[in-house]
Amino acid sequence: MNKIWLIVQREFLNRVQKKSFLIATILIPLVFPAIIGLLVFIGKEQDKNKRKEVIQYIDESKLFKPDSSKYIFKEFHGSVNEGKTAYKSNGDFGFLYIPAISPSKPKGITLYTKISPSIDDISAIENLFESQLRDLKMLQMKIDQKLLDSLKTDVNIITISGEEEKSSNSMILAGIGMAAGILMYMFIFIYGAQIMQGIIEEKTSKVVEVIVSSVKPFQLMMGKILGLASVGLLQFLIWIILMVTLTVGVLGALGIDPPQQQAMQQISAEAAAQQAAATSEMSKNMEQFMSLPWVYIGSCFIFYFLGGYLLYGALFAAVGSAVDSPAEAQQFMFPITIPMLISYMSLFMFILKDPHGPISVWLSIIPITSPIAMMGRIGFGVPLWQLGLSILLLIGGFIFTTWVAGRIYRVGILMHGTRVNYKVLMKWFMMKN
Amino acid sequence: MEALIANNVTKRYTNHTALDSVSLTIPQKTIFGLLGPNGAGKTTLIRIINQIINADSGDISIFGEKLQNKHIGTIGYLPEERGLYKKLKVGEQLTYFAQLKGLSKKEAVDKSKAWIKKFEITDWWNKKVEDLSKGMAQKIQFISTVMHEPRLIILDEPFSGFDPVNAQLITNEILELKEKGCTIIFSTHRMETVEDLCDHIALINKSKKILEGSKKQVKEMYRTSTFSVEHKGAFSLPAKYELIEQKNLEDIYFRSLIKVNGNESPNQLIRDLTDITEVHNFIEKVPTMSEIFITLVKGGSDE
Repeated sequence: MNKIWLIVQREFLNRVQKKSFLIATILIPLVFPAIIGLLVFIGKEQDKNKRKEVIQYIDESKLFKPDSSKYIFKEFHGSVNEGKTAYKSNGDFGFLYIPAISPSKPKGITLYTKISPSIDDISAIENLFESQLRDLKMLQMKIDQKLLDSLKTDVNIITISGEEEKSSNSMILAGIGMAAGILMYMFIFIYGAQIMQGIIEEKTSKVVEVIVSSVKPFQLMMGKILGLASVGLLQFLIWIILMVTLTVGVLGALGIDPPQQQAMQQISAEAAAQQAAATSEMSKNMEQFMSLPWVYIGSCFIFYFLGGYLLYGALFAAVGSAVDSPAEAQQFMFPITIPMLISYMSLFMFILKDPHGPISVWLSIIPITSPIAMMGRIGFGVPLWQLGLSILLLIGGFIFTTWVAGRIYRVGILMHGTRVNYKVLMKWFMMKN
Repeated sequence: MEALIANNVTKRYTNHTALDSVSLTIPQKTIFGLLGPNGAGKTTLIRIINQIINADSGDISIFGEKLQNKHIGTIGYLPEERGLYKKLKVGEQLTYFAQLKGLSKKEAVDKSKAWIKKFEITDWWNKKVEDLSKGMAQKIQFISTVMHEPRLIILDEPFSGFDPVNAQLITNEILELKEKGCTIIFSTHRMETVEDLCDHIALINKSKKILEGSKKQVKEMYRTSTFSVEHKGAFSLPAKYELIEQKNLEDIYFRSLIKVNGNESPNQLIRDLTDITEVHNFIEKVPTMSEIFITLVKGGSDE
C-alpha cells in the first residue's frame, strides 16, 4: 500500500509539474468563455451595423402588406420585366413578384436575387405570406382580430417531480445532463489515453523491469491509475472554479444578459403588459437552476467519473502494457471505444429525450455505459434502487476490469517485440504467475 | 551461510520449459557468473530471484531465509532491459527508486547525494535524464541499482553500452562492493569479464544447469594436460607424450602443443624436453572460460 502511495505521488507530481498541464488547466477555462464572449460580441456588433436589405416588389393581387423586421419592401413602379433587371443595378437585395393570386391558391410568387438566398431568408418571406394569408382567410370567415388575439395563448407547463415537490424545468435538466455526459466522455477518454501512453512510455524506455523488481506489477498499475485520477480530479475542480468565475465575469463585463433574458426583453418590448410576467418567468428559471440539488449531482458526477475512469482506465492500462507503440495500440482501442461511443450517442438519442424509458434505465445500470448514461439522467430524478444497483454494478465492474487488466499487464510489460493479438492476450490472462 | 540457494527451481510456460529443476548455491562475498546462451533461462531465473515472477516449484533461500517480499530491499537488480524515466531529473529519479526499495525519503536523498558526489557528478542533480549522454545515464542506472546498499546485487549484462573508461569505473565499483561484503551475480556473454571478475560460475543451457563450481574447480575439471612449449630446434618425442601440433615460428624456433598421457607430471615433461631441445617457454594450456562454454553448449546441442 505504501508503495502504491509513492507511485501515486510520483505520477501526480510528474503530471502536475508539466507545462502542458498548467497550460491546459488554465487556458481551457480561459478559452471557452473568451470564445463565447467573442462570438456574442461579434454577433451584437453585426446586428447593430446590419443594414436592412431592400426588396423591390410588384403585388398584382393587392393582398399583402409587405412588412418585415428583416427587409425593407419597396413597391416597384414599372413592368415586371423592368423589375427583374432594375434591382441588379441599384444594389438592392432582390425583386419579389406577386402575381394576381387568390388567397386559396397562392401560386407563382417569385423572388429574383443576385445570389442564392439562404433558407432563413426564404422562410422569413414565406412565413410573412403565410401569416398574412391566414389572417386574411380568418377575416373572410368572420373571425375578427379581437377573437384572433384571444385565441393566442402561451402555455408553460410547470413540472413538479419527486417527493419534495420542487418545480423543475426539463430544458435545464437536459442541458445539465448533456453537459455532464459530454464532460464524462471527454474525461474518461483523455485520462484513459494518458494511462495508456504512460505505460507505453515506461515500456519503451525500459524502466519497467527496474521498477517491478521493487514493486509488484499490480501496484505499479494501480499507482499509475490512481495517480492520474487525482490529477483528473484536481484539473476538473480548477476548471469548474475558473470557468464559472470567468464566464460570469466576461458576460458581465460585456454587459450581456444571458440569452434567455434577451429574448424575453424583445417580447416585452412588443407587449409591455407581458413584461412583468416574463421577467418573473426568467427569475423563476434562475431560481429553479439554483435550487437544483447541486451537491447530489456533483457527488454523483465525481463517483461516476472515478468509477467510469477506473473501469476504462484499467482497460487502457492493459492495452498499454501489451503493445510497444501507440500505433500498435489502435487495434485494441476499438472494443474500448465502442461502448463509450454507444453511451455517448444514446445520450442524445434516448437518454435526454426519455430519461425514464427502458433503454435509458438499462444503459444507466450496465457498468460499461452507466457513467455517461447516468449523468444524463441524474437531474431528472433517478429511483433509489436504480442508482444503488448502478453504483454497485459499477464498483463490481471496475474491480473486474482491474483484475483482468492486472493479469494481462503483469505479463505484457515484460514482453518486447512480440506480435500481440487477442489470442496472445488471452494466453497472458490465463498464465499463472 | 550462503547468499543464495536455489533448490530444484522449475518454471514452465505453455509451450516450453524455461527452467528445469535448477539448483544453485551462491556463496557469500563472491562474484558469481551466471552463464549461458541466449534463451537458456538465465533471465527467468533472475526474475524469479527478484520476485517479478514466481517459480512453479522449487524454492529459493536468501541469506538463510526463505525468499519473500521483504527481501526486495536486500537485492539490487540491474536488468538487461533497463532504462530511466526520461523526463525526471537525476535527483528525483534516484530518490524515487531508493524509496521504492524501501528507504525513507530522507535516507533516499542522502544516499543519492553521497553517490552523486562519489562519481563526481554533483552538477547533474537537476538535469533531466533525456539531456544526459548514454554513458552518463548508465552511471545513474548503476547508482540506482546499488544505492540502497543491497547485500545481493544482480547485474544482467552490466557492461553493454559502456565505453571502456566507464566499464573500468564500474568494474572497480563492483570489486569495491565485493570487498564490502556484497555478493554479486553476474549474467553475461562476455567471457573475458567472467575470466577477470568471477570467482564462481554456473552454466545454464536449455533450461538446465550443466555446470557449477568455482572458477578454479571448473578449469581443473576441463584441463586437458596439454602444454605449450616454445623451443629451439625440432625434436621427436618419446611415445608417452603426444605431439598435437608443431608450428615453426622463425628459423629454428618452434612452438609445440604437447599432451601428456598417463600420470606424468609437468616437471617430468620439462626434464624430458631439456634432454632433446632448448626450452624457451613452457606453459600449461588451461582452457579459457570461452572454450569451456563453447564445448559444453555445443556438446549439449549435439545430443
